[in-house]
Amino acid sequence: MFIIKHKKIFVTISAVLVSLSILSIIFFGLNFGIDFKGGSLLEVEYTTSRPEQKIIEDTIKPLSIGEILVQPMGEKGYSIKTRDINELERSSVMKALGSDVTEKSFTSIGPSVGAELVRKSIISFILVALGIIFWIAFSFRKVSKPVSSWKYGLIAIVSLIHDVTISAGVFAFLGHLIGAEVDTLFVVAVMTILGLSVSDTIVVFDRIRENIRVGHFKTFEETVGRSISQVYIRSIATASTVIIALLALVFFGPVSTRVFAIMLTAGMFFGTYSSIFLASPLLVIFNNLQKKKAKN
Amino acid sequence: MWKTRIATLLILLLGIGLGFFVYKSEVRHRNLAKDAKITGLAKYPFKLGLDLSGGTHLVYKADVSLIDSTELKNSMDALRDVIERRVNVFGVSEPIVQVQNGGFSNAGEERLIVDLPGVTDVSKAIEMIGQTPMLDFRTENPITDAPQEVTVDKDGKVVLDMYASKYIKTDLTGRFLDKAILEFNQTTGEPVVSLQFDAEGSLLFEKITKENVGKSVAIFLDGTPISIPTVNETITGGRAQISGNFTPTEAKTLVGRLNSGALPVPISLVSTQTIGPSLGVLATSAGVKAALIGFLAIALFLMIWYRLPGMIAVLALSMYVIIMLSIFKLVPVILTAAGIAGFIISIGIAVDANVLIFERIKEELRNGDGILDSIHHGFKRAWLSVRDSNISSMITAIILFWFGTSLIKGFALVFLIGVLISMISAISITRIFLYSLNIKKKNKLTGFLFGSGFSNASTVTATAVQK
Repeated sequence: MFIIKHKKIFVTISAVLVSLSILSIIFFGLNFGIDFKGGSLLEVEYTTSRPEQKIIEDTIKPLSIGEILVQPMGEKGYSIKTRDINELERSSVMKALGSDVTEKSFTSIGPSVGAELVRKSIISFILVALGIIFWIAFSFRKVSKPVSSWKYGLIAIVSLIHDVTISAGVFAFLGHLIGAEVDTLFVVAVMTILGLSVSDTIVVFDRIRENIRVGHFKTFEETVGRSISQVYIRSIATASTVIIALLALVFFGPVSTRVFAIMLTAGMFFGTYSSIFLASPLLVIFNNLQKKKAKN
Repeated sequence: MWKTRIATLLILLLGIGLGFFVYKSEVRHRNLAKDAKITGLAKYPFKLGLDLSGGTHLVYKADVSLIDSTELKNSMDALRDVIERRVNVFGVSEPIVQVQNGGFSNAGEERLIVDLPGVTDVSKAIEMIGQTPMLDFRTENPITDAPQEVTVDKDGKVVLDMYASKYIKTDLTGRFLDKAILEFNQTTGEPVVSLQFDAEGSLLFEKITKENVGKSVAIFLDGTPISIPTVNETITGGRAQISGNFTPTEAKTLVGRLNSGALPVPISLVSTQTIGPSLGVLATSAGVKAALIGFLAIALFLMIWYRLPGMIAVLALSMYVIIMLSIFKLVPVILTAAGIAGFIISIGIAVDANVLIFERIKEELRNGDGILDSIHHGFKRAWLSVRDSNISSMITAIILFWFGTSLIKGFALVFLIGVLISMISAISITRIFLYSLNIKKKNKLTGFLFGSGFSNASTVTATAVQK
């Protein structure tokens, strides 16, 4: 009952977190990687020791492949970003870097491929959101008193936006801190957070649905409050197991999925937070507003 | 009760069997000599994506502007077959060549995606595919004083393309070639390349020769004429000869290249990705390590927090992992770093259903029900939320799989299979295991065993005593 009693405080906390995240996104910005913009990324490693960054820049500049961005990578490597270069240009870069160097990976993405990813991301985002609203509206169709079923869907979407915004805010901060870029995995992370966040919210709502049906509690407020205290342990336990798995991925997993795992950890954490501390209080607030309206 | 015990035994045996299969098939495959014939269990290794095995991923755009829309599918399929053959000639193991049809999301571009595991030399890979010759037949241009085409090539030289204006393209291209054979002219001993067209090509060739008796027909290879014979009579049966002052070696290479296929559609490279072998090995071992640590940590958490049911959940979770690994091998699912991440996350999520059920069982026990009743109700009441919450994850996974690029698909597929299998393992396997223990007596010990965290499950202890 504690949470429902202090519902305004928790809703405020969420509002603050979301605002901070939006500020983080505006202030740090989201670096879009070559997956979206098109371009090339060449990762090389020197066998003995790597030369100064300046030397690398000066060796590549005469090849006239346009703007280049050289960044140290690991202990002996560099990552070199350019516009999308063709095979001839790539081999000329490799030749210029000398024989002491091995190519770890090379990615070149044409603008049309990048544009495709943008389109696909937008389409799938819209479809996932729609799919989820319909599913909740469908599975809660029998619960229309006192709060109608589509409002559950709406609140699930509100808490979903909350979770995704905060995760994106964390990501923007990571971008500032370690140069994390928005890539294909970012899209996957956002969608996965959508799915996980909603599935957690559904568990809480499901309990409220059941308690309404059983009719043990007098007021809607009490129903929601008791439902939360019945399920919060399971929410925390589940979130913990997923977060344990994610942390294993962050600390021991492949480098390529590290940022992805950090972002999902944030998403999982705030997803669980929001289904207990945001979605349910919002239900009660909605219901109170409705009652006030009816009185007037 | 004996029924559930037998079922438990069968499930455990199945688990051990599958575990043995996963282990043995991997060991057998690893120990294979490089050229050994792959038989038995070694046929089922884990299939690793390019980011883990190292290799090259190429995306080509097909220029289909000249292809009739009704012929589009056939042309793209023919293109895929040709590239596949070409790649196979070079002995790349398990290449993947696939057509990505134009649609809204890629602005109608017809694409060809080529995955070459183990090939980390991009230039070699591109050469391998790009060298495919474009063969076509052209007839004399009736307008003799047609303007000659002048182009500036990339080195800045001005090229006067006299042939391009002198001859005009016909429909007959290398697409209609059945096979090419190296022969030697019986009188001069000069090497010639004999072409045999397929049925459609034969008709086209017949038509061209019929309309051009006494005139020349030019055979163009990659845009340059290699042979300009004069047609003496209509040729039926679709056989043609190119005698282009070849040396025997030249003629032999040409035959080889023609047989591996002429490109029915011109292509250009739009995206390349190469991953060095060392990077892939590193990512694989890190992925396996993270999966192991993640699994052990979750198992520990479950056993400490949920005690007896927790231990059973760990058994069910082990079954889940074994079933998933077997599916990866048998389907086979191509594993990428993102896919492994999906799998690791799914281990965490797989526990969710069990946690929901255990919490519910504990509640029922507190309400004063017997143990068997509580287990029964716990499963029944938790089922709705397990179902509803998992369906939302599945909706996400299906849409991601449907619309994703190959990287996203790799994640989505593993995630989808994971959610499905975890529902089965968490609900049916755990239930059978719990029933087969056949604990009926409710006392302090069982209250403790079915408890969780800091609270026990029996009414007396749960409310009064904190651990």
